[in-house]
Amino acid sequence: MVPEPEFESYYGKQIIKTPTWKTPDVPIYLFVGGLAGASGVLAEGAALSGRPALERVARSAAAGGAVVGTVALVHDLGRPERFLNMLRVLKVTSPLSVGSYILAPFGGLSAAAAASNLTGKLPRLGRLAGLGTAAFGPPLATYTAALLSNTAVPAWHEAHRELPFVFAGSGMAAAGGMAMLFTPKAENGPARRMAIGGAVVELAGAELLKRRLGMVAEPYEQGRPGWLMKTARNMTAGSAVLSLLGGRSRLVSTVCGATYVAASVLTRFGVFEAGIASAKDPKYTVVPQKERLAARNGGAKVHQPS
Amino acid sequence: MSNSLYGPLSDVSGDAGYDEHPPRMGFFTDTSVCIGCKACEVACKEWNEVPEDGIKLSGMSYDNTQALGADTWRHVAFVEKPVHPSTTDLGLPGMGPPGWEDYEGGVPDAEGQSTESGDGGVRWLMSSDVCKHCTHAACLDVCPTGSLFRTEFGTVVVQPDICNGCGYCVPACPYGVIDLRKEDGRAFKCTLCYDRLKVGETPACAKACPTESIQYGEVSELRERARLRVQELHDKGVDVARLYGADPNDGVGGDGAFFLLLDEPEVYGLPPDPVVTTRDLGSIWKHVGAAAATILGVGVASFLGRHRR
Repeated sequence: MVPEPEFESYYGKQIIKTPTWKTPDVPIYLFVGGLAGASGVLAEGAALSGRPALERVARSAAAGGAVVGTVALVHDLGRPERFLNMLRVLKVTSPLSVGSYILAPFGGLSAAAAASNLTGKLPRLGRLAGLGTAAFGPPLATYTAALLSNTAVPAWHEAHRELPFVFAGSGMAAAGGMAMLFTPKAENGPARRMAIGGAVVELAGAELLKRRLGMVAEPYEQGRPGWLMKTARNMTAGSAVLSLLGGRSRLVSTVCGATYVAASVLTRFGVFEAGIASAKDPKYTVVPQKERLAARNGGAKVHQPS
Repeated sequence: MSNSLYGPLSDVSGDAGYDEHPPRMGFFTDTSVCIGCKACEVACKEWNEVPEDGIKLSGMSYDNTQALGADTWRHVAFVEKPVHPSTTDLGLPGMGPPGWEDYEGGVPDAEGQSTESGDGGVRWLMSSDVCKHCTHAACLDVCPTGSLFRTEFGTVVVQPDICNGCGYCVPACPYGVIDLRKEDGRAFKCTLCYDRLKVGETPACAKACPTESIQYGEVSELRERARLRVQELHDKGVDVARLYGADPNDGVGGDGAFFLLLDEPEVYGLPPDPVVTTRDLGSIWKHVGAAAATILGVGVASFLGRHRR
């Protein structure tokens, strides 16, 4: 057990502000962004390899996720009627601005691709839209990590190297899982493989994050976010093992698929709440900064996440 | 332009795109002469028509305001700490008998900002906190609508008619200054009285400050004045005096509103070594890109191998 670090504060009050982003709006958005983004890739692969059932499920997940995500994002605004101001400028320093220019085309393209796929109309334009969905999908699934990391929130900012991979993996596990749930087993091999691959990426990313961040990783391991992260990890790992061993069974596909999706939801809530917890406790702001100062001024041997 | 995101930046308005502009203006808050009268808080609220921020008693000290926020653009912190012999001397000019600065035995009798209670001395620190108007302002960087902008005076201001209340600026600020006004939905913070600056007036808080603890002026001149004031205090033996936010080489490229403190920053509720989050922007996008490529890679790999299964 590491002893509690000693630090001073102003009557124990937090230094940075607690993020005002609403829950469940934002964690849900993080989840559906990952689900939709990775589904866009899965759908295009299904189209290219001639798996119509898989394509239909993945296209629906991509379009549905984009709709839910957009609604959640707009609902989270303090002035929802001004959501179009998001497209007023384009700033690379603002992941939310960049993300708006990813979500907007993704939303339109995925809806067009899904509509064409479900109705059978304009198949060529539909495929073109599907290609665009697959292009905007991966950045949609990962930019949300930049959204969280590009803040002063210690548990998010310090995790800026690993969080994109946690989100990428979580998104792939969700997309694969969703497709496993609704695709006949004759076509769900790629979904299973994507889910397993995603699980590996997510679990490795989360493990690296904890090792590199040291004390700032505590919120990911303690309290409610700690429970969410641990439960998600166990569910994801369990599903990966189970789908690796018995993936061809319908029952296993259903159970694993649902578990992957649920675990992805829990991961996003866990990451979100860990950041909130790290913002509320001045310890996570003060102690690493004091250590950084000490290292700079005296070369003292201290832990320094960056 | 170099150092647009991090590091020293000599012409902050020029970097923001102004060809011709007035000098950078800011605050130097010298907390060693703050008497905690809160005139700055009141003047700010009056002039800027900032709504009431909760009529309640904190119970922790004379500080019932507690923190900066959407409805609090100046906040006077009251620190009460048990006396430490080496830090009692505040070296206020003209206070106390000659030579009392050298006194090391404890609390000077009701001198300066020290006081005494039954079970030992209590040291009072008061400091009027405000938005730092950073050289590299994270709130401005992350604002997706362009509502937050850099003025010709080098200050950072929210345009309420553009803000859509996304709240990104709130967790981006390393000082915890800006916040959303709940009933309104939009973000608000100190404007450094942009309207008053436009007509050559002094910001309301500085105008109201009776001890000139809050000094308004050109940042370059204020920095020099602050340096001399610290030197003066050090010469008087007040070793604890230090500047906060005055160094252009710090994590935010220096603050437009900086401070002279008499204790560690965190004692006042300030971060000891704030860094603008966009310092790491390159690394952030690089990792996001690599993770996106990983999705494509895993996606392709998922369709390789045995077909039709």
